[in-house]
Amino acid sequence: MAASNDAVIRIENLFKEYETDAGPVPVLHGISVTVQQGEFVAIMGPSGSGKSTFMNILGCLDIATAGSYHLNGSDVGTLDRDELANLRNQVIGFVFQGFNLLPRASIADNVALPLIYRGTSGDERAERAAAMLTKVGLGDRLHNRPNQISGGQQQRVAIARALVTDPRLILADEPTGNLDTHTSQEIMALFSELNQRDGITIVLVTHEPDIAQYAQRLVRLTDGNIVYDGLVAEALPHHLEATT
Amino acid sequence: MIAAMLSEAWAAMGANRLRTFLTMLGMVIGVSAVILMLAIGQGAQQRVQESIASMGSNLFIILSGSVTSGGLRMGGGASASLTLADSQAIEELPLVGAVAPSASGTAQIVYGASNWSTQILGTNPGYLTVRDWPLESGSAFADSDLRSATRVALLGKTVVNNLFVDGEDPVGKTIRIRNSPYVILGVLAAKGQSLDGRDQDDTVLIPVTTAQRKLFGSRVAGSVRMIMVQAESAEAMPSLEKSMTDLLRQRHRIRDGADDDFTIRNLTAAANAAEETAKVMSLMLGAIASVSLLVGGIGIMNIMLVSVTERTREIGIRMAIGARGKDILLQFLLEAIIISVIGCLIGVLLGVGGALAVNMITGTAVVITPSSIVMAFAVAAAVGIFFGWYPARKAANMKPIDALRYQ
Repeated sequence: MAASNDAVIRIENLFKEYETDAGPVPVLHGISVTVQQGEFVAIMGPSGSGKSTFMNILGCLDIATAGSYHLNGSDVGTLDRDELANLRNQVIGFVFQGFNLLPRASIADNVALPLIYRGTSGDERAERAAAMLTKVGLGDRLHNRPNQISGGQQQRVAIARALVTDPRLILADEPTGNLDTHTSQEIMALFSELNQRDGITIVLVTHEPDIAQYAQRLVRLTDGNIVYDGLVAEALPHHLEATT
Repeated sequence: MIAAMLSEAWAAMGANRLRTFLTMLGMVIGVSAVILMLAIGQGAQQRVQESIASMGSNLFIILSGSVTSGGLRMGGGASASLTLADSQAIEELPLVGAVAPSASGTAQIVYGASNWSTQILGTNPGYLTVRDWPLESGSAFADSDLRSATRVALLGKTVVNNLFVDGEDPVGKTIRIRNSPYVILGVLAAKGQSLDGRDQDDTVLIPVTTAQRKLFGSRVAGSVRMIMVQAESAEAMPSLEKSMTDLLRQRHRIRDGADDDFTIRNLTAAANAAEETAKVMSLMLGAIASVSLLVGGIGIMNIMLVSVTERTREIGIRMAIGARGKDILLQFLLEAIIISVIGCLIGVLLGVGGALAVNMITGTAVVITPSSIVMAFAVAAAVGIFFGWYPARKAANMKPIDALRYQ
């Protein structure tokens, strides 16, 4: 693994095309972006701007057509499937819009799941899952199933699952998309705390300015190009005023 | 890791109990059918083998030929062409293991107040070797008994049971055969039924000379009804048959081109054919049952494919948080193997139970060997791996992003 003073994400001239029956459809047109340790980045853009595709490539779930992507110092383009899986397991924590919990497993088992794939022992898995759930305020619901708790609580479970592996980077894809305003604020407050107190790098996709303003930096995508990359405060000043 | 995956596989199976049960049912029926059919097939085979073994191995039977008298052709054995001297001459041939001439008839035997009609077989001590027939008690008659035609007898088990009360030792007692006294030298071990269902133990053996001279008499001095010859080995049988034919033709002064006045029968060939038939039957039963095992395996594959499709999203989630292809492969493979192994366990129990029930109800012989159970287990595990592999592979090869987006 790379030294910790490396950039968490370094992307240069990244292209992505999808093969369709009508020929290749370009989605990302040469994106370059670098994210340093401890940053909190919001990615915004209208539907079809390529932000989901970009997020999937960031998360090593999809592979770019051209360009280079270094995650935590590793050149993602040169890795095979298993190495990508290990990278996802060790460097990244995912938080999805739809929570993506396993419905049959208990909350504690859901949180412990990533640890299974790195060979952690059963006792340690249970211990760390319980500790992480306590941290997100669900220490008393360990044995519930996901459908027995509220949406906000489910997202907290998902965050606990993302954190249980001590990742350098959290990728959150519309994490508040399915939540009401009050719960959204609670979840975002949790992200802020993780970023500021624990120094975890967070990249978040959202289309809501209210959510984006929890970040420090904003990357705006339109038609597969970066049209803005700067401070949130400068891009969304009126939202800051409204909430302060 | 394996423990965690096992418990996950278990949970996945528990989540859809009816489906798991139905999938398992295919295996249960397949395995129990294989076990049951093998038990019945091997039972039949064992019975045939036992019957063959009770007859003796590598055997020839030489019968005297037919005779034509006044235009009437008598059946085989009607002429008195075979003699004790022939038997002794055959004994001198190479490759011969043992020779037993026999002159037999039926007679009433009496002991005390009991009497019994049975086959009296005049023969020599070689008979016990040829038939592989040990004595239960007492001793066989000796060559001296043969030379001087003494009145001694060996009794079959059935005869003993019919003449003597329980617990009475027949050895040394005297029975009467056609009013002549015979001293019992020994009792033959029980041999059971022959291939054609005859009770082999319902017999009395006496020296062949005694039978010829004192009991039945013979039309030609020294003639015997048949001679049993045991070859040294199965390989020696063809050449021995040839040398016996040559010897007997020479002794009987048969001109070239004339028919033999005797018949040599190779019993082993018939026995081998019977054993072969039983083997083929056993194999066929197994093969038919295997088809149901195959169908069970296809059932597993079918359900696993459905399960993989249904759980595509789950596979995507697992991949996103770091599951490698082999982790996913192992998870689905484990489920298939657990289903087939548990199905196999139940199948073995049902199969063994079924075989015992068949045995109890119909009396058909069944043989359940540990090897057939081990085989059923191995086959079940193999079926699980074989038919679980394709669906598991399909799951493992999914692209993470496609699996995650699957609705």
